[in-house]
Amino acid sequence: MGKATVIPFGPQHPVLPEPLHLDLVVEDEKVLEAIPQIGFVHRGLEKLVETRDYNQFIYVAERICGICAFGHSMGYAETVERLMGVQIPPRAEVLRAIWHELSRIHSHVLWMGLAADAFGFESLFMHCWRLRERVLDVFEKTTGGRVIFSVVKVGGVVRDIDEGQFAEMKRVLEGIKSDYRQICNAFLKDASVKNRTVGVGYLSREDALELSMVGPFARASNVNNDARMLRNGGYAYLEGFEPILDDQGDCYARVKVRALEVLQSIDIIEELISKVPQGEIAVPVKGSPADGAESSNVVEQPRGECYYYARGNGTKFLDRMRMRTPTSQNLAGMVKALEGCDLADVNMIVLTIDPCISCTER
Amino acid sequence: MGSFKLGKMTLSGLFKKPETLLYPVQTKTPPAGLKGHVVNDPETCILCSLCQKRCPTGAIEVDKKGRTWAINRFRCVQCGSCVRECPKHCLEMDPAYAPCARSVSVDVLEVPEHPKDAS
Repeated sequence: MGKATVIPFGPQHPVLPEPLHLDLVVEDEKVLEAIPQIGFVHRGLEKLVETRDYNQFIYVAERICGICAFGHSMGYAETVERLMGVQIPPRAEVLRAIWHELSRIHSHVLWMGLAADAFGFESLFMHCWRLRERVLDVFEKTTGGRVIFSVVKVGGVVRDIDEGQFAEMKRVLEGIKSDYRQICNAFLKDASVKNRTVGVGYLSREDALELSMVGPFARASNVNNDARMLRNGGYAYLEGFEPILDDQGDCYARVKVRALEVLQSIDIIEELISKVPQGEIAVPVKGSPADGAESSNVVEQPRGECYYYARGNGTKFLDRMRMRTPTSQNLAGMVKALEGCDLADVNMIVLTIDPCISCTER
Repeated sequence: MGSFKLGKMTLSGLFKKPETLLYPVQTKTPPAGLKGHVVNDPETCILCSLCQKRCPTGAIEVDKKGRTWAINRFRCVQCGSCVRECPKHCLEMDPAYAPCARSVSVDVLEVPEHPKDAS
């Protein structure tokens, strides 16, 4: 038996896309405990509600995170709409859901690329990001932005998608599907991927429930908590929705859940495109949220459930805007999953929670 | 289990044309509606300063007395609020991205007096 040593991991580390620091208490290459530390990219965005009115804050909200930008702008807009009792047109709801699912595809494919890079599968990484680029091109054509879209506003959406663009979107998604199946095949069946992921970073269902895990991390431990099941907004138009679950609880299960969610999102988009209602895309919103009015909202971001809370004070500035992001929920589970793992597996486990530190710190 | 599951895709990639462009020799045509940069038409602008009020980053500055409309492109986040709020539709989003700059500067536009204003 060796003596326990503390190895610092991050905030600058090749595997980390964002700054997260872990103090790894290690004994004989086994991690006994991981102590996380965040706070490297705190920007105080929630405080900005005091100086940006409820219409302007949407552009702050979507800059919380570069990957789930659309989800945050949608979540914020829905919260303020509830606060002010605004009912947005059905077409705007469906358009938002379509863009949100496209964001999920690009987020998951980006993550799969990062995961491939983490276990040293460079060509898989390149292929994942090549496919993601096609989704970004769709965004570019339909919203005018590649990462930050600024397409949501309180009361609806800013831009409409015409039939030609829907047809183009469908065509691109079909193209992605065939390529993606090959990537999925490599992710789920290749021996080199399985060697790094199967049985690594196990988190039981009980632990996942106790530590309130969210998103694909929880669903890989068989916790059924997909917020899309609430059928809010555009999701109400779906025929049925069944979240993708797995009961293995290891890194492989998390890879699998995300990999299959991409195909599910493509199906959701195709179904929504066939059901887009005609009509207006926005309603005018006048006035300010009432003094003391409160509202909350839950959105299933690519990384899991994100909770929004808003309180008005009678002026056009909100009194409080709070987001509880998925990664801040998942950090506890990550620490649990890291206990007892090999030092060499730390990067894989950290990545499989899909950490989004800029969301967490805001 | 098995290896080389990605082999087919990688091999076929050898015979396809590259996915990337040789920038800056080749450039992509920006799609219509791309949020490139905000342009103002001084002939129709009435200096109402609604764009300045709506701008979330304070990038636009309207000087009614000096008859200038100025935009700091380093602050602008291309959200398009000004374009939507403009009552005269003199602002529009040009699909081309703003060119690179060596120093932080503000684009100042002289707005001539319109005959209607003078009357």
